[in-house]
Amino acid sequence: MTRPLQSRPALRPDLALMARMVTPGTRLLDVGCGDGALMAVLRDEKQVDARGLELDAANVAAAVARGLSVVQGDADIDLGHYPAASFDYAVLSQTLQTTRRPDQVVDELLRIGRQAFVSFPNFAHWRGRLSLLWGGRMPVTRLLPESWYVTPNIHHVTIDDFRALVRERGWSIDGQWFLSGDKETTHAGANFFAEHAVFLLRR
Amino acid sequence: MVSAPPMIDDRHGPARKVRLAGPLPLDSGAMLAPVEIAYETYGHLNAAGDNAILVCHALTGDQYVASTHPMTGKPGWWWRMVGPDKPIDPARHFIICANVLGSCMGSSGPASIDAATGHQYAMRFPVITVGDMVRAQAMLLDHLGVGRLAAVVGGSMGGMQALAWPTLFPDRMRSVLAIATAARHSAQNIAFHEVGRQAIMADPHWAGGDYYGGEPPSAGLAVARMAAHITYLSEAGLTEKFGRRLQGRDEKTFGFDADFQVESYLRHQGLSFVDRFDANSYLYITRAMDYFDLAEDGAGEGGLARAFGRTRARFCLVSFDTDWLYPTAESRAIVHALNAAGAEASFVELASPFGHDAFLLDTPDLLRVADGFLRAGESAV
Repeated sequence: MTRPLQSRPALRPDLALMARMVTPGTRLLDVGCGDGALMAVLRDEKQVDARGLELDAANVAAAVARGLSVVQGDADIDLGHYPAASFDYAVLSQTLQTTRRPDQVVDELLRIGRQAFVSFPNFAHWRGRLSLLWGGRMPVTRLLPESWYVTPNIHHVTIDDFRALVRERGWSIDGQWFLSGDKETTHAGANFFAEHAVFLLRR
Repeated sequence: MVSAPPMIDDRHGPARKVRLAGPLPLDSGAMLAPVEIAYETYGHLNAAGDNAILVCHALTGDQYVASTHPMTGKPGWWWRMVGPDKPIDPARHFIICANVLGSCMGSSGPASIDAATGHQYAMRFPVITVGDMVRAQAMLLDHLGVGRLAAVVGGSMGGMQALAWPTLFPDRMRSVLAIATAARHSAQNIAFHEVGRQAIMADPHWAGGDYYGGEPPSAGLAVARMAAHITYLSEAGLTEKFGRRLQGRDEKTFGFDADFQVESYLRHQGLSFVDRFDANSYLYITRAMDYFDLAEDGAGEGGLARAFGRTRARFCLVSFDTDWLYPTAESRAIVHALNAAGAEASFVELASPFGHDAFLLDTPDLLRVADGFLRAGESAV
């Protein structure tokens, strides 16, 4: 049964964007799926066969309790057990910067999924630049709310860094979207103005 | 939903027993006939016949999953999981729990009469496996008119049966919920069981298994239970519950009484166990668990993935962080194999102070996970 759209809490903007772009009836692996918010929407509204991988036990329990198929595991370790091309999409939302080897994780995503959605907070957003330039301090912002010593974000990345990695590895960009203040923003100057980036890649 | 008239007949209900003609071909090559199975059912099979859940019990468990035990007077062993408004609910499900083959609560086992001789089988009962237990359960489902299960559910050895089900009958269940379990018995698991078996066999009353009608090997069985019971708890749990506290005394006695509370507790566990369990059954069932290895036809994960390759069932595995008998790594290996096989799988390691026994005790997250997993299987058939 499909639940009416209004009944669910609003998705985080990068997830809402992905949810819009996903083709109905496909298979999707959400790596770092949290409590399964994106998976639940895709299951209920687009009949997507969604599976998840999540590090935090409480999040996994919450996701399984809402009827989703989620495995507790580590993106850095456990992706190798998924067969190649077993999903239409692999999703990595706001998780890239927390992995030990982001390049290898994206490579795994593109092995497992035909396409991969990758979203991350842009460390080169002007607010962060100001904080470093004028304050001389690591930025603590709405999207990067934790101090340097507690943040799980161990690989800070900018939009231009990510584009360089994509070029270097020879991956293709099928789509790219930029968010500022939860709204889509222009491609021009994205590395300066966007708080958030969403890329759709393929090998 | 239109409620169809429930199908009721004398095959369904609590405290049932059936004698099936068989024969049941066993993994050892032997044939077992007839096959007696003691079981309970709760709830009603719906008109579509798609709401049946098979609950599988652990080593020393029985069919009294949610009803008062006739010998101990205690509530059913999984009353937290099975019952009104529980994840497995007789209002929604037709619930079946059968005493496993080899056990001693009414199903065929070493204490049963061998039709060929008119005497108890004792050690002449054929050695059985977890797969044999599952095949016997399938015979029972045939008898009950249950085709495809909504779910097969179990913890510990019950989880082994739940995992064996889709490898033997790939199309006969929608969902598999396996808790605190493993796809094979480790060397450590086998070692602990061997200690228990040797304790039983070293008891002079064991008499090669032919003690029926005489004094049973209670001392040996009690020691076996004591050793096993330690493996069901966590070190932290034992420390919290007993520490080094003395039992009913202020000073050490400089003797070999149960000075410590933990000694007294274990002795009580051992003594109360022998009143309800048959020593030969303990030998046979621990043997079945030791022989358990779903990946037997191929080493490691590849073999395990092949074992799950034919099923379309959805799986949920749960482990507990303090369970050192079937640690999380065992569940993770199963999940890796399920992922490799492309099966729909969930897995979570839950926090609990209770060690392996957490699946039986107050673990609210387990109930939430089980409920969500089972309901999702019911809504998407």
